[in-house]
Amino acid sequence: MALDIATVRRVAALCRIRVSDTDLSTMEAELNEILHWVEQLTELDTDDVLPMTRVVDVDLPMRDDVVSDGDCADKILVNAPASAQGFFSVPKVIE
Amino acid sequence: MVDSSIDSWEVVIGLEVHAQVQSRAKLFSGAATDFGAEPNCQVSLIDAGAPGMLPVINRHCVEQAIRTGIGLSAEINLFSVFDRKNYFYPDLPQGYQISQYTKPIVGYGSVQILLDDGEIRTVGITRLHLEQDAGKSLHDQHPTQSFVDLNRSGIALMEIVSEPDMRSSQEAGAYIRKIRSILRYLGTCDGNMQEGSLRADVNVSVRRPGGDYGVRCEIKNVNSIRFIQQAIDYEARRQIQLIESGNAVQQQTRLFDSATGSTREMRTKEEAHDYRYFPDPDLLPLELDPDWVEEIRLSLPELPDEKKERFVREFGLSDYDAGILVAERDTAEFYEMVASGRDPKLAANWVIGELFGNLNRNNVEISSSPVSANSLGKLIDLVVDNTISGRSAKEVFEVMFSSGRDPLEIVSELGLQQLTDLSDIESLVSDVLANQADKVLEYRAGKDKLFGFFVGQVMKASAGKANPKIVNEVLGRLLKG
Repeated sequence: MALDIATVRRVAALCRIRVSDTDLSTMEAELNEILHWVEQLTELDTDDVLPMTRVVDVDLPMRDDVVSDGDCADKILVNAPASAQGFFSVPKVIE
Repeated sequence: MVDSSIDSWEVVIGLEVHAQVQSRAKLFSGAATDFGAEPNCQVSLIDAGAPGMLPVINRHCVEQAIRTGIGLSAEINLFSVFDRKNYFYPDLPQGYQISQYTKPIVGYGSVQILLDDGEIRTVGITRLHLEQDAGKSLHDQHPTQSFVDLNRSGIALMEIVSEPDMRSSQEAGAYIRKIRSILRYLGTCDGNMQEGSLRADVNVSVRRPGGDYGVRCEIKNVNSIRFIQQAIDYEARRQIQLIESGNAVQQQTRLFDSATGSTREMRTKEEAHDYRYFPDPDLLPLELDPDWVEEIRLSLPELPDEKKERFVREFGLSDYDAGILVAERDTAEFYEMVASGRDPKLAANWVIGELFGNLNRNNVEISSSPVSANSLGKLIDLVVDNTISGRSAKEVFEVMFSSGRDPLEIVSELGLQQLTDLSDIESLVSDVLANQADKVLEYRAGKDKLFGFFVGQVMKASAGKANPKIVNEVLGRLLKG
């Protein structure tokens, strides 16, 4: 598997990362090196191997249905560039 | 099927229903879920997507999804996985929604829907998965800004995906009503469409009957049954017109405009639908203990289909009446209380006729009915033991409905008790016959139809209070001479 410049540009756009045209080819080369390195795994036969989801034997922890958090609008909004009447205020987005 | 100028077409509909899980806290945080709170007051740092916060799943939400899966006769997957669905939008602070993609908690199931012509159709359920809701954006509060409230962010949703098994807007309406009814019976979603607890994405395509599926359009986030039906009808007509005028339907996401009853294309960048799903590294797979699933299965209440069957079998109700009574859990429970220890058909007539009629006319839910099951039962008892006539009972019911008062109290206040004492009625009848001696002779000479006249006279003499059955019996006896 290899990435071309167009794909790198697209992935960057999807991630909202601005990449200049000059940096795109460097990034293409670096990403392809990473992919090739990971691709070594295909040399192994993993047909009968389950995907490993944990290194120690633990299950997904669960919590009870109890309200234990929230009621802290000031904390939630403290880093917002703009807020109004308890809401986040962002440049108008409308579909 | 939709008739058109050139040919007839088949409309193919599939629905993705988003049902808000009934829970106190959110899917992965301890913030509250109540509707209508002040903005951003039910938000934890997890829901706000603050860096370094880790999600911990709410056991009750998992149980609710399992319960719903069982209620939809679906397979429960003992191993499921949470994935990240990546996109940017101001009301999605994490930059991704935690959802389930390739391994949902619930697999294939089905529901039965009853069509207008009495036919029962099975609609397949493709899957049900758990996911987070997003926040809410308000676009009409400011000329240049959108306001974002994250109270809904992170609330647990069940997305219930149907097979493309529906063929008309009526069937889609029947499907949504059935899903809502099952969810309410199960207590897993309150089904309140006005508050957004239940909303649907509607997939519509058209094809020649028996042909290949056409290109479909998805209408996002429609929040009432009427709007869903309008959106389908509009969209089907739009697609048929496109094809018949030589154009092709484009696969699109569209929005329904309730003001005009039409759909329009969403202004969305073409890359927006590349969600780059991958397993959420913050969450281990969800592995269910089969004993737990079995325990939940055993705790399930009687669901509408089973209840309907029982009402028909045990109470001798018609399919139609039973169907009306079981459609909502509250209604069925109300009816069973009224019917308990009484004639079930009579109880059904009162609940469906008088009570539903009044509730509908006054736009009142059965849960806030001014007439309780207990007092409606008492009113029926008064008719059955002949204290009042059926006609007076309707009058008493009207007063009960507007005042919430006890039926017996109203009966004595209005003086509606029937005259049932045999000797009193006999003396009334004798008086009438004595006063109408010439008519009695005519009757005895063969003018049978005068019987009704005598009944009327006796009723008049009793100010309408004599029990008509006893009057008939006494008249018949005394007229023979």
